[in-house]
Amino acid sequence: MKSASATPAYTLNHPRWYRKRVSTYWWLQRWEYLRFVLREVSSAFVAFFVVTTLAQLYALSRGPEAYAGFQQWLKNPFVIALNVVSFFFVVFHSITWFSLSARAMVVRIGGKRVPGALISSSNYAAWLVVSAVIAWFLLRG
Amino acid sequence: MVDTIHLEISRYSPEKDAAPYFESFEVPFRKDWVILDALNYIKDKKDGSLTYRWSCRMGICGSCGMLVNGEPKLTCATFLADYAPAPVRVEPLRNFPVVRDLVIAMTDFMRKLQRMKPWLIRNEEKPLSEGEYLQTPEQLDVYKQYSMCINCMLCYAACPVYGLDPLFAGPAAIALAQRYNLDSRDEGAKDRFPVLSQHDAIWGCTFVGECTRVCPKHVDPAGAIQQYKLTAALDWFKSVLLPWGGK
Amino acid sequence: MEAKPSQLRLEPLLWILFSAGGVVAAFLIPMHLFLQRIAFPLGWAKAPDYATTTAFVAHPLVRLYLFVLCSVPLFHFAHRIRYTLYDGLQIKHLNEVIAVCCYGSAVFGTLVAGLLLWNIH
Repeated sequence: MKSASATPAYTLNHPRWYRKRVSTYWWLQRWEYLRFVLREVSSAFVAFFVVTTLAQLYALSRGPEAYAGFQQWLKNPFVIALNVVSFFFVVFHSITWFSLSARAMVVRIGGKRVPGALISSSNYAAWLVVSAVIAWFLLRG
Repeated sequence: MVDTIHLEISRYSPEKDAAPYFESFEVPFRKDWVILDALNYIKDKKDGSLTYRWSCRMGICGSCGMLVNGEPKLTCATFLADYAPAPVRVEPLRNFPVVRDLVIAMTDFMRKLQRMKPWLIRNEEKPLSEGEYLQTPEQLDVYKQYSMCINCMLCYAACPVYGLDPLFAGPAAIALAQRYNLDSRDEGAKDRFPVLSQHDAIWGCTFVGECTRVCPKHVDPAGAIQQYKLTAALDWFKSVLLPWGGK
Repeated sequence: MEAKPSQLRLEPLLWILFSAGGVVAAFLIPMHLFLQRIAFPLGWAKAPDYATTTAFVAHPLVRLYLFVLCSVPLFHFAHRIRYTLYDGLQIKHLNEVIAVCCYGSAVFGTLVAGLLLWNIH
């Protein structure tokens, strides 16, 4: 307790100010923070897809038996389940990415800013076209 | 029809308490009352020691920012009717040291804002005899959104990066730096660049986007930060490809 | 508050790689994943056979496409996971170790992709 005659000295680390410690589980405390962390974690599933693609290419280079072995591995129910989860996360990445990139870019045409909704919808349209092209290449055999 | 509403207010007296605690108050429920009206009622009629900041009561001074049910809000713009009949929890802004009750210390933000040089920087000041600076509506439009900041710090309360890293410059400071970088009258972008292109400034931001969501003036600080990341990245590209090139 | 200049020369590049990876992942991976990891294994559609696939992958443009598909998204992952570990788990004291592990693994993956696609038949 300071006496009446002492003048309080202001410092930035004033001991009486209450500082709450940020919990390690801060990201569970609000739905918005959890959504953010899930968005970041979706990148792990992106990496998982790349790793399996590299495995596929490796199997391809080893010959038809190795490649067939890889295809067989893909049919494993646990692997299928993991890939279904991956699919949802990867789509979540795409959706959040389009909304992020619309806000991160300022596109000006004739002095007026292009609305974010237009940038997003162009991205979705391009996504549709690109996906169709990929499907065409993979499905024609 | 409810005629009173229950408020749980965070109290903290540095002389008496080790940590904040909640105190309950019953406040008349009026359809047109905001949280600030309820706080003023409590201070007038129930407990004169309740301490909080407020001023304009119309959403322009930026003083009355607090957490209402965990969400950063301007208490002069948050209606009791939106929370009735459940109890409303009012706490001081997250991520700042609590000085007393609902009052936080904003010195950190002030220092960080000052670091951004939030004023027009000219290579040479135009003398008065040359008249005023002229700016077209299109030039104004480029930075106007970022000039709307009222320094209420709701964005700092929403930003998890600021909570985790006390050195982080934060949304409002960077958005205000951009407000000046993008102003056609300003020539100080190169002075602000060394302050902005740091781990504790733009590169610390992970685009959570909460700052933009809670901003009462629709400043979109998250957008400002990402746009500056792009500017900095393009600058870097140019400096790498044209190291002897013009600045 | 000034960071080491060498780190800041790297950060914009890492952000560019992260963004490029994000774009590639967002546009290309969903359809690839759906067909090659779900539809084909479950028999919903017929997968291209070994001979067709080998012939297809032999094409230089296809190899380039696959190289891009398998490299930049790794940097996207590395950048995001680095910041998630930094912020999410608050293990700042391991900052340099995390950065080296994350980007190092992305570089390693890129090298593997390059090697595989260069040597394929």
